[in-house]
Amino acid sequence: MATVADPRAAELTADAHASQLVLTWRAFRKHKLALFSAIVVLLFAIVGIFAEFLAPFDPNVTTSKDLYHPPQGIHLIDTAEDGSWSVRPFVYAMKVTRDPMTLQSSYAPDENRKIYLGFFAEGASYSMWGLIPSNRHFVTTVNPAERFYLFGTDRLGRDVLSRTIHGTRISMSIGLLGVTLSLIIGLILGGLSGYYGGTIDMVVQRLVELILSLPTIPIWLGLSAALPQDWPPLIRYFAITVILSLVGWTELARVVRGRFLALRTEDFVTAARLDGGSQLRVIFRHMMPSMFSHIIASVTLAIPAMIIAETALSFLGLGLMPPTISWGVLLKEAQNVRSIAQAPWLFIPGGAVCLAVLALNFLGDGLRDAADPYSNDGR
Amino acid sequence: MLLNYIIRRTLWAFPFMFAASIVAFALITLPPGDYVTTFAQTLSQSGDVVDETRLAALRERYGLDQPFIIQYFRWISGVLVGDFGISFEWQQPVAGLIWERLGLSFILEISTLIFAWGLALPIGIYSAIRKYSVGDYVASVIGFIGLAVPNFLIALVLMYIAVVHFGTDVSGLFSPEYRQAPWSFDKFVNLLTHIWIPIIILGTSTVAGLIRIMRANLLDELNKPYVTTARAKGLTEFNLILKYPVRLALNPFVSTIGWAFPQLISGAVITAYVLALPTSGPLLLQALLAQDMYLAGAFILLLCCFSIIGMLVSDILLAIVDPRIRFR
Repeated sequence: MATVADPRAAELTADAHASQLVLTWRAFRKHKLALFSAIVVLLFAIVGIFAEFLAPFDPNVTTSKDLYHPPQGIHLIDTAEDGSWSVRPFVYAMKVTRDPMTLQSSYAPDENRKIYLGFFAEGASYSMWGLIPSNRHFVTTVNPAERFYLFGTDRLGRDVLSRTIHGTRISMSIGLLGVTLSLIIGLILGGLSGYYGGTIDMVVQRLVELILSLPTIPIWLGLSAALPQDWPPLIRYFAITVILSLVGWTELARVVRGRFLALRTEDFVTAARLDGGSQLRVIFRHMMPSMFSHIIASVTLAIPAMIIAETALSFLGLGLMPPTISWGVLLKEAQNVRSIAQAPWLFIPGGAVCLAVLALNFLGDGLRDAADPYSNDGR
Repeated sequence: MLLNYIIRRTLWAFPFMFAASIVAFALITLPPGDYVTTFAQTLSQSGDVVDETRLAALRERYGLDQPFIIQYFRWISGVLVGDFGISFEWQQPVAGLIWERLGLSFILEISTLIFAWGLALPIGIYSAIRKYSVGDYVASVIGFIGLAVPNFLIALVLMYIAVVHFGTDVSGLFSPEYRQAPWSFDKFVNLLTHIWIPIIILGTSTVAGLIRIMRANLLDELNKPYVTTARAKGLTEFNLILKYPVRLALNPFVSTIGWAFPQLISGAVITAYVLALPTSGPLLLQALLAQDMYLAGAFILLLCCFSIIGMLVSDILLAIVDPRIRFR
């Protein structure tokens, strides 16, 4: 064996050659819960992206005969009268009986009528992302005149499943978009404050403290109440996003500032500066890569806060408004006790909120722990 | 030294309140068109005759044709002597509408904070000492639920359970016969029998956050050499834990009032709306929806001031508990 020039080189393991990304991935992989949450988040993303295809029906179509229709269970094995059977998904149709006094409808499964379901069957036509016209749905009724309700219907007979799927798109994207905006504000202000220090730092820090000391919901409510009621849904969507990020950037600015302060005095940053690197080059080529993972982790933890904020605003009637569908808009249906006592399945969008928020929180926790793969604190 | 710090910190609160008042007033003026225009619209929609001279008088009184600074000055000088303007929707001075509701909000938020502390402290200590025990896992699960489920959803689910399974209505803070009654001892007792439901609903997320913080802080302290020393000297485990590591771990715990209080005020708005509590939240929302901006502005301003004072109290408490803060 040849003599080794540098004795330290002999001790190098495979780990020492691994890039930061590989090390981060290895640290992250150890968190089973975070890994599982990543899959859940991915599923939510897929549901949001392919909402039109995955929803069995048009979310805005009302059916006057199926008001507060309860959820139906899917049966897979279809037995014919002669005893033979085949695998074919179906639901039992529900028979309506109306109370003559209160006019309240009550539903009971009708074992004689089966509504057959088909994968990739043709149903209501839509245009995917407003671009690709199609009428294939992942699951829908074989006979387009029939309907089935896995999650039941609301007071106008609209399919809660389709609405929850479409709500996923709006709620998840408003979280992502809001955090992106917050990140831009946070990067600029936090970066300025951490890199330059002095008076700028003073001013930005006081601003952050002021915003953190104010209760967010009243401020958000005040801001969204000022939006004109007749704005089209898309404009309102962006306006609400801007409102959420105007308050939500502080935490990200804190993280960025903290990292800048910590990195500013690191040897490699000083070396880069003394080497004659321009300010922008020092920041983007040398400092940014070291804080990238921290920022990703903070962003992941900021998204659930945004989702809850949007849900709360829409629930109060000052956030997004129908015809826009978000989880908050859907939960507004579950607002009074009478309707939820009659139709507890209206809580299902709330379950989606909780699941998404929990998964994003676990994912963020895992990312934060993995963000610094060089630390050996045994976590 | 401590007094010096308290004075310095208190003085700092004033520019913050000033900034909060500007924010509140900016929100008042933000809706398109001034209030008088909206008011005139509401009147004409309901078929009333719009009296132009009366509208002009209202414009004159609030300086609505003047620039922002002058309008702000008129508003804030009124606020300082307790005149918050007139609620156009209720046709009476704002000041008469807000104080009882704000008082109830304040009682609710303070009791929630005390409840959250009282619950999170022992659970957090237990979780840290019996790390990875069944109790610790149960506490973690409850903590995560508190973190992930929005307050208003908990409120809705509780109301659902109460109505469907127990046939009772858990909304409100008073029984119907006490709602309009003047304050008396009986009314206070009646309040106590109702207020615990919103306290639990509102407290869950705060309790969850506090347990996590307490557990993490205490775990950091428990491995330090002084704990081993104290144990070697023969201190009983109970005295040892409570006297040294818990006291040190308490510092960040105290500072949480600073962030927990604004969050509580925020959460109380929406929970109160769901439960129809006679606190500030529902009236604030109603005022905002009707664009009754002087009423909404008064609430926003006062809730912000509550929050700033909460921060101030938290900082002062922290300085009392931890001498290092005072010397910074």
